[in-house]
Amino acid sequence: MAIPARRRVADVVAFAFATAATVFGLVWLAWILWTTLAQGAAALTPALFKEMTPPPGASGGLLNAFYGSAIMILLGVVIGAPIGVAAGTYLAEHGRYTRLAAIVSFVNDILLSAPSIVVGLFVYELVVRTSGHFSGYAGALALAMILLPIVVRTTEESLRLVPDQMREAGFALGLPRWRVTRQILYKAALSAILTGILLGVARIAGETAPLLFTALNNQFWSSSLNGPLANVPVVIFQYAMSPYDEWHELAWAGAFVLTAFVLFLNIAVRLLARKGKK
Amino acid sequence: MNDSAIAMRAAHARTGTSAAAMTPNVPPAIDIRDLNFHYGKGHALKQVNMAVPANSVTAIIGPSGCGKSTLLRTINRIYEMYPDQFATGEIMIDGRNVLDRRYPLSDLRRLVGMVFQKPTPFPSSIKANVAFALSYYERLSKSELNDRVEDALQQAALWDEVKDKLGQSALSLSGGQQQRLCIARTIAVRPEILLLDEATSALDPISTAKIEELIHELRERFSIVIVTHNMQQAARISENTAFFHLGELIEFGRTSDIFTNPRQQRTKDYITGRYG
Repeated sequence: MAIPARRRVADVVAFAFATAATVFGLVWLAWILWTTLAQGAAALTPALFKEMTPPPGASGGLLNAFYGSAIMILLGVVIGAPIGVAAGTYLAEHGRYTRLAAIVSFVNDILLSAPSIVVGLFVYELVVRTSGHFSGYAGALALAMILLPIVVRTTEESLRLVPDQMREAGFALGLPRWRVTRQILYKAALSAILTGILLGVARIAGETAPLLFTALNNQFWSSSLNGPLANVPVVIFQYAMSPYDEWHELAWAGAFVLTAFVLFLNIAVRLLARKGKK
Repeated sequence: MNDSAIAMRAAHARTGTSAAAMTPNVPPAIDIRDLNFHYGKGHALKQVNMAVPANSVTAIIGPSGCGKSTLLRTINRIYEMYPDQFATGEIMIDGRNVLDRRYPLSDLRRLVGMVFQKPTPFPSSIKANVAFALSYYERLSKSELNDRVEDALQQAALWDEVKDKLGQSALSLSGGQQQRLCIARTIAVRPEILLLDEATSALDPISTAKIEELIHELRERFSIVIVTHNMQQAARISENTAFFHLGELIEFGRTSDIFTNPRQQRTKDYITGRYG
C-alpha cells in the first residue's frame, strides 16, 4: 500500500527537525571540548601538575589549585555524603508515610535548586565572617551543602526502587529495620547510591561561586585548610579575566582538565549503573 | 477463657467450619479466634475462627481476593509495616495471643517463618542469606554457624547443589533453587510454624515438585500453612484444607472431605470450577 505523500513529507520534516536539534546540542559540547583543548594545549604539559600558579610573565602550573580542589571536594564528600545517605534513608525507610518526611523532602527539593551563590553567601556569613578569614574549611562546607541535597534525593530514590518484597522478606525473618536496611537494602541499592554521590562530585567539582566567597584563592602552595586555598574553578575565573597570555593558557588547560574529569565521572557513573542492573 | 466460651467454641467446631481433623488433647499450632482484618476501609477477613493443627500441612484455597494471603500476613504480623492495616481478634500460639502489641515482633517471627510467592534472595552470598537471621538471633562460633547453615540447606534439599559455591551470589541460582534457599534461611532459625504464600506459583513444574516433596518431609518438624491457587496441589500435599470466599472461612476440614464431599455449596462450586 502506498503511503500518502502528506505522511511521507511529515515524516521527513520530523526526522530532519529531530536530527537538527540533536546536532545543535552536540555541536556546543564538541566545540567546548575542542576549544579548551586547543587553547590550553600549550599549557598541557607535565609542569601543569608539578608547578604552582605563577606570577604574571612567568611559567608555572596549577598544582596548588588541583590540590586545593581535591582536598575540598574530598572533605565536602566526607561531610555531605554520610549525612545525605542517612537523610535519604530516613525519607525512604523510617519516615515513610510521615508528614515530617514529606516536609523534609520538599525542603530538600528547594535546597536542590537553590543557586550556588546563595550557598556561598550563607557559608560566608556563617564561617568566614565569624572566623575573620577565608578558609578551605569554609569552601569544603559550601561544597558539602551543595552535594547534600543531591545525595539525599538519589539515596531516597535508589532505596524506593528496591521492591517491598525485599523488605517483607527481611522483616519476616524477624530482623529489625536497621538491620534490614543495612544488610539487605543498602546492598541492593549500592550502585545507585554510589552513582548519586559521583554525580554530586561531578556537580561540585566545577562550582565557582560558593568557593569565591569561602576558600577564595591562594597564589602559593598551602596545604592548610585553615586559610585561603587555591582551587581550579576560581583560578580559571581569575586567570581568564587577566590580561596575561600565560595565565590565559593555564586557565584553558585548567578548564580542559576539569571538563575531562567531569566527563570521566559521568562515564564511571554509566558503568556503575550498568553493573548495578546486572 | 471461661467454661461457657469453651463450650461455645466446641459447639462451633462441631458445625464443621472451625477445627478440622484434630487429634483430641493435642493443642492446635495456631488458634484463630474472631479474627477481622482491615485494609483502610476494606474489610478483608470477617470473623474468622480456625484451629490449625500442629505438625501437619494445612492448605488455604479460594478465589483471588478472598483473604487467603491476608490470613498468612496476619499470623506473623507482617502487615504492620504498612499504615492503615489492622487486625482485631486473637491468634493464639503456644497459649499467647500474638496479635497483642506487647508480643515482641522478633520473637513472633522467629516462631513463625514465612516464604513468599516470588523468590526473594537477598543480594548477598548463598551462605550469607542463610546466616543473616541466624547470627541475629544466636551467638554462634564460626564452625557452629557453618554447621547450622549446612543443616538448614540440607533440610531444604539444596545442600548438594550449592555446597561448592556457598560464597557465590544467591542471585546466580535458578528460581527453584532461590525458593529453596528462602525456605532454608527461614527454617535455619528453627521456627515452629511455616507460612508458605503461593510459594510454588512462580516456579516451573520440576521445581514445584521438588518443593512439594520438601514440604512433605518438613511436616514432621513444622506446622505448615500453605496458600495455593492450585487445587491439585492442595489435594496432593495437605491433610486439611480451608476454603475462603470474600473474607469468610466457608469450610475447613480434612482435605479428602473437602474435595470429595464438601458440605457447603460454595465450596462445591469452587472446587468444581464454577468460579474463581
